Amino acid sequence: MSRHLKETLIKGIFAVFAFASVLILALIVIFLFREGIPLFKEVSAMDFIFGKEWYPTYDPPSYGIWPLIIGSVIVTLFSCLLAVPLGVLSAVYISEIAPASIKDIVKSIIELLAGLPSVVLGFFGMVVVAPFLQETFDLPTGLNIVNASVILAIMAIPTISSISEDALYAVPREFKEASYALGATKYETIVKVIVPAALSGISTAVILGMARAIGETMVVLMVAGGAAAIPESIFDSVRPMPASIAAEMGEAPFGGGHYNALFATGIVLFFMTLIFNIIADYISQRFKETGSATL
Amino acid sequence: MKWRYFRQQVFFTAVRLSALLIVMALGGIIVYIVVNGISVISWDFVTLPPTDSMTKGGIMPAILGTLYLTIGAIAVALPLGVVSAIYLTEYAKQGKFIRLIRTGINCLAGVPSVVFGLFGLGFFVVYLHFGSCILSGALTLAALVLPTIIGASEEALKSVPQTFREASLALGISKWQTIYKIVLPTALPGILTGSILGIGRAAGETAPIMFTAAAFFTAKLPGSIFDEVMALPYHIYVLATAGTHIEQTRSIQYGTVLVLVGLVLGVDLIAIIIRSYMRKKKRW
Repeated sequence: MSRHLKETLIKGIFAVFAFASVLILALIVIFLFREGIPLFKEVSAMDFIFGKEWYPTYDPPSYGIWPLIIGSVIVTLFSCLLAVPLGVLSAVYISEIAPASIKDIVKSIIELLAGLPSVVLGFFGMVVVAPFLQETFDLPTGLNIVNASVILAIMAIPTISSISEDALYAVPREFKEASYALGATKYETIVKVIVPAALSGISTAVILGMARAIGETMVVLMVAGGAAAIPESIFDSVRPMPASIAAEMGEAPFGGGHYNALFATGIVLFFMTLIFNIIADYISQRFKETGSATL
Repeated sequence: MKWRYFRQQVFFTAVRLSALLIVMALGGIIVYIVVNGISVISWDFVTLPPTDSMTKGGIMPAILGTLYLTIGAIAVALPLGVVSAIYLTEYAKQGKFIRLIRTGINCLAGVPSVVFGLFGLGFFVVYLHFGSCILSGALTLAALVLPTIIGASEEALKSVPQTFREASLALGISKWQTIYKIVLPTALPGILTGSILGIGRAAGETAPIMFTAAAFFTAKLPGSIFDEVMALPYHIYVLATAGTHIEQTRSIQYGTVLVLVGLVLGVDLIAIIIRSYMRKKKRW
C-alpha cells in the first residue's frame, strides 16, 4: 500500500470515529422521539406541556407536565441566586486576588467539588439540610424548593467558577496595565475593566451552570419532595422533570401511555438544555476574545 | 480617596469569603461523611454481600458492580475519545464537518444524565434487546463520559509543542507515524489524568444506570455482561429513599456513601496531584 493511500485511509477512519459523538446525539434524539411520540395520539402537545394536572396512574390518566416544568424552572432560578455570585466571585478570587500557592489549592478543591457524585449531594441534602430546614422554619417537611436549590447550587458552582475563571484569565494583560496606569485601584480595574471584558465568557459560564442545574436528576429526585403541583411558597415540595422521569420509569408499564409520557418529558428536558447549550455556544463563538484588537 | 480603598476592601472581603465558603462546603460535606461513615467501614463491610433484607452485611456486590460498569464504560469511551481528539487536533482543518462534530460534542456534554438513561433504555435495553444489564449500563455511561474524555485528550494533544511535530515531519516520517510515535506518547500522561476525572464521573452517576443496568438486589454475583448488577450510587439512592428500613439502614447508607466518595475523590485526587507534578516537571 502506498504511503499516501495509507495516510488517507487513516484520516478517513479517524473521521468516522470522530463522528461518533454526532451519531450518539442523533440516536438520543431518535430514540426519545420513537418512545415519546406515541403519547401524542392520546393528548395534544399543548395539553401535554400546559396541562396543569400530572396524574399518570389515574383512570383516565392525565398527562400535563406544566407543574413539572415550573418545578424545574423554579429550583434552577433559585439555585442561580446562590451559585452565580459564589461561582463568579470565586473565579475572581482565583484569577485576580489569590496568591499563587493558594490559587492551585482552591482550583483543585473546586474540581473535587465537581467530582462529588450527585447521589452523595442528594443524600447530604436529605440527612443534613432537610432536618435543619424543618426545625429552623418549623415545616412539615424539609424536602422542598429551598433544599433542592441549595444543593443544586453546590453542583452548579464548579461549572460557573471554572468557566468564568478561564474567561477572566483570557483578558489581555494590557487592559489591566492600562487601567493601573490611569490610576485605577485594583477593585476598579477588576469591576470596570476585567469583568466587562470577560463578560461573554462569564455569561457562557452562567448559562452552562443553569443547564447543569436544570438537567440534574438525583438531587431533585431526593430532596425536592416530589409533589407534582404548582408551588405557592419556597417551602413547598416540587417535582422537577428529571425527578419525575427517574422516579416513575420503574413503575410505568413498558410501552404504555405513562411510559411514553416520561419519554415525552425527556424530549422537553432535552430541548430545554439544548437551547441553553446552543445559546452558550453562540455567545462564546460570537464574542470570542481574539486579543485587544477586537474591542 | 479613602472611600475608594474602603470599597476595595469590602469587595475583596466578599470575594475571599465566597472562595472560603466553597472550600468549607466541600470540607464540611467530606468531614460529615467521614465522621458518620468511618465506624461502619470494616473488612466485612467491603467483602460481604448484604443480608437480612439489606439491613445487615456488606456492600461487596455493589462495589463490584460499579467497578464493572466503570471499566466497561472506559474501555469503550477512552479509545473512541482519544481517536476523536486526534482527528480534531491533528487532522481536522476548519470546515463545516468539523463545526458539526464540535457542536455535536458540545451538545452531548450538555445532555442531562437522566436523558442518557432514557436513551439507554430506548436503544440498548429495548431496541437492541440487551435487557437491563452491565453491557447496556456501560455503553450508556460511555456515551455520557465521551465528551469529557475528548475534551481532556484535546487539551493534552494541544499542549504538545508544534516543534515536536515539525522535527519529526522534517525527518521524512509520515504524519500517522509522527502522531503515533511522537505526539501520542508525549500527550499520554495528560490524556490519562484527564480521563481519570471522567472515570470518577462514570462511577458516581446514578440516573443513567437506573433503567439500564442497576438492580436493588441480586442474589448472585454477575456471571456475564448480560446480567443485572448492584451499583454503589443506586444502592445509596434505594436505601435512602425507597427501602422499608430507611432508619435501620442509615449506618449502611453512611458507609456506602463513604466508600463511593472515597473511590471517586480518591481517584480524582490522584489525577490532580499527578497532573500538577507533571506541569512542574515539564521541560518545554
